[in-house]
Amino acid sequence: MRHISLNFGMEFSSLRKNLKKDFSSFPVVKVAILGDTPTQLLHQALRGYGYEIGVSFDIFEADYGQIDMQVMDSTSELYEFQPEYVIIFQAAQKLASKFYKKPIDSKIAYAEISISYVSQLLNVINDNHQCKIICFNFAEINDSVFGNYANKTDASFLYQLRKINLGLMDLARETKNLFIADIASLAAYYGENSVFSPTTYTNTGIVFDIDFWPAIAKSVSDIILAISGKFKKAIVLDLDNTLWGGIIGDDGIENIQIGELGIGRAFTELQYWLKQLKARGIILAVCSKNYEHIALEPFEKHPDMVLRPDDIAVFVANWDNKVDNIRHIQSVLNIGFDSMVYLDDNPFERNMVRNEIPALAIPELPEDPAEYLGFLRRLNLFETAAITGEDSERTKQYREEAKRVTLQKAYANEDEFLESLGMKCTVKPFDKFNTPRVAQLSQRSNQFNLRTVRYTEQDIERIARDDDYTTFTFSLEDKFGDYGLIGVIILKYRGDTAFIDTWFMSCRVLKREMENFMLNAIVENAKSKGIKQIVGEYIPTPKNELVKDHYKGLGFTEKDGLWYLSTQKYKPFKNHIKIT
Amino acid sequence: MDTNEVINELTKIWRNELDEDSIVLKPETTAKDVEGWDSLTNIQLIVATEKKYKVRFSATEIMNFKNVGDLAETVIRKSTNA
Repeated sequence: MRHISLNFGMEFSSLRKNLKKDFSSFPVVKVAILGDTPTQLLHQALRGYGYEIGVSFDIFEADYGQIDMQVMDSTSELYEFQPEYVIIFQAAQKLASKFYKKPIDSKIAYAEISISYVSQLLNVINDNHQCKIICFNFAEINDSVFGNYANKTDASFLYQLRKINLGLMDLARETKNLFIADIASLAAYYGENSVFSPTTYTNTGIVFDIDFWPAIAKSVSDIILAISGKFKKAIVLDLDNTLWGGIIGDDGIENIQIGELGIGRAFTELQYWLKQLKARGIILAVCSKNYEHIALEPFEKHPDMVLRPDDIAVFVANWDNKVDNIRHIQSVLNIGFDSMVYLDDNPFERNMVRNEIPALAIPELPEDPAEYLGFLRRLNLFETAAITGEDSERTKQYREEAKRVTLQKAYANEDEFLESLGMKCTVKPFDKFNTPRVAQLSQRSNQFNLRTVRYTEQDIERIARDDDYTTFTFSLEDKFGDYGLIGVIILKYRGDTAFIDTWFMSCRVLKREMENFMLNAIVENAKSKGIKQIVGEYIPTPKNELVKDHYKGLGFTEKDGLWYLSTQKYKPFKNHIKIT
Repeated sequence: MDTNEVINELTKIWRNELDEDSIVLKPETTAKDVEGWDSLTNIQLIVATEKKYKVRFSATEIMNFKNVGDLAETVIRKSTNA
């Protein structure tokens, strides 16, 4: 899959032209669309948008008005199609017409009825088929029956509609495989005139304006990409005229625009936003053409700066080429360029970086800094499918890592360095506390991932309950800090053989002999269960070449594409990690 | 602006929207004469025509367009009124 497209305001017509193009090199994602109004334009827009992001959406579109029939009948076309994603699209217009038919006492309970209906749909789908469900929420229409008073009575459509939208959010919090496509936010952004076309609706029953469907297609695709592990993890920031107004080297710390000075408010608000991103786990890095001490000064001393040195995981300020500096940042962070965003006000620099590192997402910032934030919000660059408590620790961990790198240079001998770290590892099976993190790492791990099978929280819970599987999580700490949960192995037992269904590890703990420790742990467990043989498999992806020779290096022997290890003859690998 | 001029312009729109350069529209052309012109693409074609001429057609007008000539005349009438 290519990186998230930075286009918006796309016209339907251009997406439709994509339909004739060649999708054959793209991965296929099966999506079912269920709607209570005609969905042909959603079908075409989604398929066409797929071309923009390098995904071939294989779409089953039920005739409209068939939501119940498709969901409730276990032999329906929906289940026969075996979709990975089911889209449930109910239109606000339909919602209103059903609402109007209700007597007053059911009107005030309408939101509850609607939510329990959706909840029932989810339960039936989940009983019949394993998939992710993307439910659209409702564009907020005030029918003006009560005017503003609609906010003051639960008998109004607006009151019930907003309650339903909130109810869907609560339902999504409780239901792991339910995701909400936020049509309400999109509609608020684009505005009624761009969202609805009364003539099209009157003549065809299609509820949205033709050119609003591409925005919906993007929203749905953003969710699907994030669930498939395709999302942004870091943002690299230029400084002068990007994070503050003016040029620190020329203007000096007292004259840069941030806070009350000049157009400082624009930059202050951008920084608040970046700090919120950091708090939820997006890594911030700085790449600036400056002397380091001058570039750092505002972060350390300016009273109105929101971002402080601690907020920046990697700070690079020098006079080298930006491309080289960004490559350096990427190597320290150890993540793919396609999971990074680069923010720079200078079109020349942007182009140069874009030519050299095409996988980077580089927003074409507007000229006026006042428009930066709105523009960036609108791109929806930071879609995610899961969040965990460890996200907010990430910046700290990268800063700890920088200290380890410094220490390592002081030791000539690798063994002495590893011994000096005082590493301790905790091994645990999946449980309700580590499930979110396991699922998240399953989505995020690309390089050290032997089979790259992605699991959601729901999948992880299912596997944890299944007696055919034994699960292992590995959490590592050393004297500099806590890495948290960094590795996962899932063994599937068949007779006296254990198949390594999943083995992935965070790249932050490469070269710590962690893989030796992990193998020791699973062999010991397998032996205790009378397992004679462990079988591993490497499934190549564009990103996991790192572990091509993983099993070979651990003493497995290859036969017909699988790797075999006898537990009887196994001698535990030496390592410097203590078990806790 | 005469009917022929508008129909020439509509031909360009039809070719672009339907991605088919061989389309030739005449006053008597209807949807069934043009491959790919169906009730769905009709929405696209009407919206593209509205954008080009900066006019809005009513739901009734859209429903009652008999052929391309009819559409062209409505375009001319609405543009002159504006």
